[in-house]
Amino acid sequence: MNIVVCLKQVPGTTEVRIDSQTNTLIREGIKNIVNPFDTYALEEGVRIKERYGGKVTTVSMGPPQAEEVLREAISVGADEAILLSDSAFAGADTLATAYTLARAISKLEQYDIIICGRQTIDGDTGQVGPELAEMLGIPFVAYVSKIEGIDNGYMRVQRMVEEGHEVIETPLPAVITVVKEINMPRLPSLRGLAKAKNAVIPVWAAQELGVDRNTVGLLGSATRVIKIFFPQRVHHGEILQGELDSQADSLVNKLRQARVI
Amino acid sequence: MGIQIDLDKCVGCGDCIPSCPLGLLEIVDEKVHLNDGCTLCGACQEACTYEAIVIEAVAEPVPVSDSHQGIWVFAEQRDGKLRNVVYELLSKGRKLADTLKTELCAVCFGHNIDDISQLIAYGADKVYLVDNPALASFQEDLYTGKLVELIQEYKPEIVIAGATSLGRSFIPRVAAILRTGLTADCTGLEIDLERRLLLQTRPTFGGNILATIICQTKRPQMSTVRPRVFKKNMPDETRKGQIIKVDFNKEGITSRTKLISFIEDLTERVKLEDADIIVSGGRGLGKAENFQLLEELAAVMGAALGSSRPPVDDGWIPYSHQVGQTGKTVCPKLYIACGISGAVQHLAGMQTSDIIVAINDDPNAPIFEVATYGIIGDLFKVVPMLIAKLKG
Amino acid sequence: MEYFLTEQQKTIKALARRIAEERILPVRAELDEKEEFPWAIMKDLADADMFRVFIPEEYDGLGGGCLELCLVVEELSRVCSGVAISYAATALGCSSLLEYGNEEQKQKYLPDVASGKRLAAFALTESTAGSDASAIKTTASREKEGYVLNGTKQFITNGGEADIYTIIALTNPERGSRGASAFLVDKDTPGFSFGKKEKKMGIRASTTRELIFRNCLVPEENLIGKEGMGFIITMRVLDRSRPGIGAQAVGLAQGALEAAVDYARQRIQFGHPIYSLQAVQHMLAEMATQVEAARLLVYAAARTIDSGAKDFTEEAAMAKVFASDTAMRVTTDAVQIFGGVGYMRDYPVEKMMRDAKITQIYEGSNQVLRSTIALELRKRRARRE
Repeated sequence: MNIVVCLKQVPGTTEVRIDSQTNTLIREGIKNIVNPFDTYALEEGVRIKERYGGKVTTVSMGPPQAEEVLREAISVGADEAILLSDSAFAGADTLATAYTLARAISKLEQYDIIICGRQTIDGDTGQVGPELAEMLGIPFVAYVSKIEGIDNGYMRVQRMVEEGHEVIETPLPAVITVVKEINMPRLPSLRGLAKAKNAVIPVWAAQELGVDRNTVGLLGSATRVIKIFFPQRVHHGEILQGELDSQADSLVNKLRQARVI
Repeated sequence: MGIQIDLDKCVGCGDCIPSCPLGLLEIVDEKVHLNDGCTLCGACQEACTYEAIVIEAVAEPVPVSDSHQGIWVFAEQRDGKLRNVVYELLSKGRKLADTLKTELCAVCFGHNIDDISQLIAYGADKVYLVDNPALASFQEDLYTGKLVELIQEYKPEIVIAGATSLGRSFIPRVAAILRTGLTADCTGLEIDLERRLLLQTRPTFGGNILATIICQTKRPQMSTVRPRVFKKNMPDETRKGQIIKVDFNKEGITSRTKLISFIEDLTERVKLEDADIIVSGGRGLGKAENFQLLEELAAVMGAALGSSRPPVDDGWIPYSHQVGQTGKTVCPKLYIACGISGAVQHLAGMQTSDIIVAINDDPNAPIFEVATYGIIGDLFKVVPMLIAKLKG
Repeated sequence: MEYFLTEQQKTIKALARRIAEERILPVRAELDEKEEFPWAIMKDLADADMFRVFIPEEYDGLGGGCLELCLVVEELSRVCSGVAISYAATALGCSSLLEYGNEEQKQKYLPDVASGKRLAAFALTESTAGSDASAIKTTASREKEGYVLNGTKQFITNGGEADIYTIIALTNPERGSRGASAFLVDKDTPGFSFGKKEKKMGIRASTTRELIFRNCLVPEENLIGKEGMGFIITMRVLDRSRPGIGAQAVGLAQGALEAAVDYARQRIQFGHPIYSLQAVQHMLAEMATQVEAARLLVYAAARTIDSGAKDFTEEAAMAKVFASDTAMRVTTDAVQIFGGVGYMRDYPVEKMMRDAKITQIYEGSNQVLRSTIALELRKRRARRE
């Protein structure tokens, strides 16, 4: 099985707060991390390799420091890593990102399963997975919570929908995005860390991918951001006072008055 | 490439530094310096009063062909019933269509769908209905292929769909085939009439920042919108519109993936998305068993049971109850948050509720900033009190 | 403080800390409460290659020495010393094999330990033989097919959980301390069974059991070294493992110190954090200094062993005595600083205090070790004359 896992390095924003006085992000102590959902994708890729044999190749598009996430990936079981880095790739929206990844993966020639996390914690779109599938012309299944089995060129998965789970069968090669419910990512091993330290990670720029600079990055994007602002949180609320019992009374009365109950 | 800092114009005031969402700017030798990783979002360009930062101008947009007209809403259905989000999008779509003075159409795939005429009542001028047994349940490839076909034939300028698991699954594929721009999870849609552009506003960085996005040179401009973000109007049964039946040629598009079975999650007694009242629990509950206390309160109020992410992560309650950035977005009349701190990711899923009540013993919990009524106290004392008062 | 660790040692320490914080911390209270052996964490340690740290490369290990082992034990113990000792006891359990075993024995047993597939244990203590190790009664009588073991071992760490046991038994009861030998015994050997699991004051995640031998036949190829080497092997193996116990004590003390500092900073009394009280500051300063001194002594002893020194009895004993006494003192003071809540099981320090006591007792009680140190001291001075 040739497994490809797409990773992204993102700012560790889950703990970020807004400084309400200056209306800016409080950024102290925020370092770059691998997109948490991608760790589940990588873990699943390694598990498939352990179960069915094969190789896990990780790919990431980003600035030079994104190499860190690729090394981390090797320390937990990825066999190879490729960094796609070029100033031409900067400012890409999901379309341009998917295109760039698709070109890189096509260059690998052999791929059976491509795994992505369900979304990034900075972009939150969840669009790169499906768009990537389309560019490669292969099937796509989103929100996979379990891989039931791989057999004869077909993969059977469970995917989460609002009301429960669907069992889907797809021919391979295919792209899937995974949710956290699928597994628990492992910690690195000492041999993995040694391997990661010594690994040679090739960097592919626009030239290696054979792409026109107008098709990637900001120039290759269909959408662009024209404004960034911080949400205004205006506080209209009231903290109830007094003994807990009378607060509870007061609340029930207010809710009755508002005809909510 | 992309971004240039004119060091002659830069006075080293540092106003741009807090504006960068990635924290890449710093003062070095009294001038600003940009570290690696810039995504060309433009926030610093806006913040600089000395015009020292310039994002390379994108080549003048090729004028878009005027042949793209109309706003489309994808009318998602499940088991023959149209989803609520469709009516919300039609309500918003109607306003956008009126501003652009263009028509609003609904596009519906399925088989034997109830109440197609409701789509017109909620604002559609036309309904493109593709009714075929093959489309009764969601088949990725069939839906993708057919929507692309329709868009290529009728050339709408804007296409909007619900950011449901179905929407988030196949709409990006449509966008990729059409090589057009798609903005996910929009919380705001407005029209720039001068440029005839859809201004799409959405949260990023876990909801900490809002970004406004445009799709300038490609058509259609596509967006997905989460359920409960826009409010649906009252339907107007007197509205007139056209229902256009479109054939489905199964030979043309084949489905590669196959739906084998569906496993329903039966733990939801009252559906979260449709509930008027939601009682929700967080890490403050301490352990799985304590959800029983909230279930009691929910039962007394006829409410649905919700949860923030930590209890779901710890296995105290199934994922279908999760409210938040990676869970459901809800907008009930009353949302009662018990033992929930109010992290941004949770607020993203419920902050538009009409009335928010927060019960938490931490006076600094961020949930109190969005709560209409806050009780600072031990939920294990307060909730039983509420149950008693509501019963008696 | 700069410990002059190599890159590899820092990597090992950092990974051990991650495992401790991500996998042990969330469950330590439950493991203590339920007295459950931490199998899941043993698997996490195995997957992370932590058992390879003390096995040579030719047997699938990473070839680390005493210091590497101490770094892992210290980091695990900082979060839960019950889990830490379950790991360390495996190292002790195959130490005899590593130092005195033959090639066939090493090839047969060590790779499985390195992969974490099988845990090990060392069994010397009996009801009549604690500090007086030579008073053991378990016999190993030579028969045609091998050795038949009869007797009962007491208070064996990892007893019942481990697969590989190093047993010290008397092959020649008349020769006293020169009549003991060391054997490798597999768990499922007929005639080898286990007594009840002990209920302990502390390190409750660690399993302590009796080992019962009733006509247990052990093949002759399982004799380690030669007949009669039993006590020499024991003395050396225990010397070598003492810095590890020192590391367990240092980690434990460190965890307690950190908890006490954090608590003192946020507990407000009389309008100020109690950290502002000189009485508390002096206690913490004393605790911190002692922990640092203990750590340095343990690391120095470990480095001495790793340098290939022939004799390290005194250094190893000092490290263990000082570190364990420090751990008892620091954990007790930590509970004191926490005050009333420190006594409550909802807070981690009372467990740490309960865990500390055993480090002063096992692997050579601190009283015996003081005698050992005094003896070594005299021998050294005498040699100068």
